[in-house]
Amino acid sequence: MADDVLFEFLHMEIVAHVYREHATREDIDKERVTCVSTLEVMGFRVGQGLIERFTKDCPTFKDDLDIMKFLCKDFWSTIFRKQIDNLRTNHQGTYVLQDNKFALLTQFSNGKQYLEEAPKYLAFSCGLIRGALSNLGLESVVTAEVSLMPSSVFLCCRWR
Amino acid sequence: PLKHNSELFTLTYGALVTQLCKDYENDEEVNKQLDKILLFRISLLFFHFSRGYNIGVRLIEDFLARSSVGRCHDFRETADVIAKVAFKMYLGITPSVTNWSPAGDEFSLILESNPLVDFVELPDNHSNLVYSSLLCGVLRGALEMVQMAVDVRFAQDTLRGDNVTEIRMKFIKRIEENLPVGDE
Repeated sequence: MADDVLFEFLHMEIVAHVYREHATREDIDKERVTCVSTLEVMGFRVGQGLIERFTKDCPTFKDDLDIMKFLCKDFWSTIFRKQIDNLRTNHQGTYVLQDNKFALLTQFSNGKQYLEEAPKYLAFSCGLIRGALSNLGLESVVTAEVSLMPSSVFLCCRWR
Repeated sequence: PLKHNSELFTLTYGALVTQLCKDYENDEEVNKQLDKILLFRISLLFFHFSRGYNIGVRLIEDFLARSSVGRCHDFRETADVIAKVAFKMYLGITPSVTNWSPAGDEFSLILESNPLVDFVELPDNHSNLVYSSLLCGVLRGALEMVQMAVDVRFAQDTLRGDNVTEIRMKFIKRIEENLPVGDE
């Protein structure tokens, strides 16, 4: 089914709406922070909802790493049609998830063009991760970095 | 992994509606002026329709690329393609095509339920029309890109207590020139 396309289009419209809604209100820096956090919170809610359905019939996870592996394989591939390419951890609560061809950025560029626009299109997905983890009992802070489109790195720090 | 991914779309859509409620409720202008609920609903409808329209305008390219469906020769063929190919492809359901007008320019798509709202809880006192508007916009936008001006509306909605969800589509006219479409 082609609904991954529907989601991608909807995501673009949401980003456009959030930026239009808040653009007229505050100053530029405040606007950016507000928009990014609005998108992140939306992603958070969706992530929570999604993970509930995913894990209904699954056995419980044995540890944090197990949860992160599930996120990188099953969760990511159901949403973005591919797995996370690389997962690294310091075994002290920090996880680095690398997606070399992040689905929501592939339409933009291969390289540095539009790099400054990338954060807008990552905020929702950061929320997705944070929401999914939250419902699995892991409170975290999730941020993302892009240095070369469409490769994205999601940094997930668990806080106790 | 899930068998299909429509939940992602509907959950995301639900989050968007919740956000809209917040956005418009905080708007002082809205509060100051007319009946708040009425204006809010109208704004939501328009917003959804225009967002849906934007989606439809792009979706049609994707659809034409994936489906290898050729040019439709008449409105009946269009109806069949929408119901049996497009709906199936994007929402995983096949509505039935019925209630043709005598002139053959109007028909209904009957769905067992509203496909956008299977997993979404409606915020209080927000009409289900909100959800339906998006779908209408998508259909209108997509068909406009293939030179067809149509009117799309919801005639019945399970969310309103009707037994089925009915989308009514009416052919208005053929669009002769390829006018550039502005983003709204």
